[in-house]
Amino acid sequence: MLRSILGKTFRLLGYTLQYGCIAHCAFEYVGGVVMCSGPSMEPTIQSSDIVFAENLSRHFYAIQRGDIIIAKSPSDPKSNICKRVIGLEGDKVFTHSPSDYLKSHSYVPRGHVWLEGDNLQNSTDSRYYGPIPYGLIRGRICLKIWPLNDFGFLRDSPNGHRFSDE
Amino acid sequence: MMPAQGFGRRYMKAFLKGFFVAVPVTVTFLDQVACVARVEGASMQPSLNPGGSHSSDVVLLNHWKVRNYEVQRGDIVSLVSPKNPEQKIIKRVIALEGDIIKTMGHKNRYVKVPRGHMWVEGDHHGHSFDSNAFGPVSLGLLHAHATHILWPPERWQRLESILPPERAPVQIEEK
Repeated sequence: MLRSILGKTFRLLGYTLQYGCIAHCAFEYVGGVVMCSGPSMEPTIQSSDIVFAENLSRHFYAIQRGDIIIAKSPSDPKSNICKRVIGLEGDKVFTHSPSDYLKSHSYVPRGHVWLEGDNLQNSTDSRYYGPIPYGLIRGRICLKIWPLNDFGFLRDSPNGHRFSDE
Repeated sequence: MMPAQGFGRRYMKAFLKGFFVAVPVTVTFLDQVACVARVEGASMQPSLNPGGSHSSDVVLLNHWKVRNYEVQRGDIVSLVSPKNPEQKIIKRVIALEGDIIKTMGHKNRYVKVPRGHMWVEGDHHGHSFDSNAFGPVSLGLLHAHATHILWPPERWQRLESILPPERAPVQIEEK
């Protein structure tokens, strides 16, 4: 009796370990479903929207300007931030807040990216904490799956004039 | 006597079953628990690679210890290079968030390490591309804690978390 219970427990543990590892590999190397919270990406992503993030672009270093990415927060590695990539390494970006009169710009250092939320008035992003290292990026959001009336690929940035290719 | 075709198919099924168990478990183990790596370069001499290009140390990297981003001053850690995300670098943690550190060759003489960041330096000052060049690094770039040297056998040892006294922070923030 005890032996069969022990045997069943071990088998259950074995299956849990196996499927847990498969799930980890899927999330780490393919992609996963994420729920976003916060107002910094409105109107493109509202708070409590559910999106699908893929991790292949990060591993192949194929993140581009205009992509919406999920990254580890530079000041708190246990929490994630969701912003749009405005500049890659070497790009010229404008560092002033919308309220500033004087326009100042700088260049994104090697190995870093410049992030901004679509809701410029209400977003803590690279304009506040500077460019973040590429290594903090976790994945690229490619599809919105909830709410259903907004299902599909994500729109381009409503702040098109922020891009500067020089 | 099993027909040859049946045996091939059974072998294939057993192989695939084993494959789908072994690969995810091994990959998860190497990502989340521990792996080994060869150290290249002279930035951590004499602690690592004292022989230079003649022999490279192989170290055991422990991911499990840093899964909550908890490191101590003096730990030898591997992290994603902030200047080149395809490369991992191995350095010693000198200061944690809130500490004020006196830098060696940085553009500012004294630096307060921001929240969520750490200051890393190679033991071989002057031959090391570390925080003195690129400033404090975010804890999110932390990859693993190097705990032991595994190869060559005459260098088997546990890597101690020693903070060189001359590099101690000027002010430590008490939590």
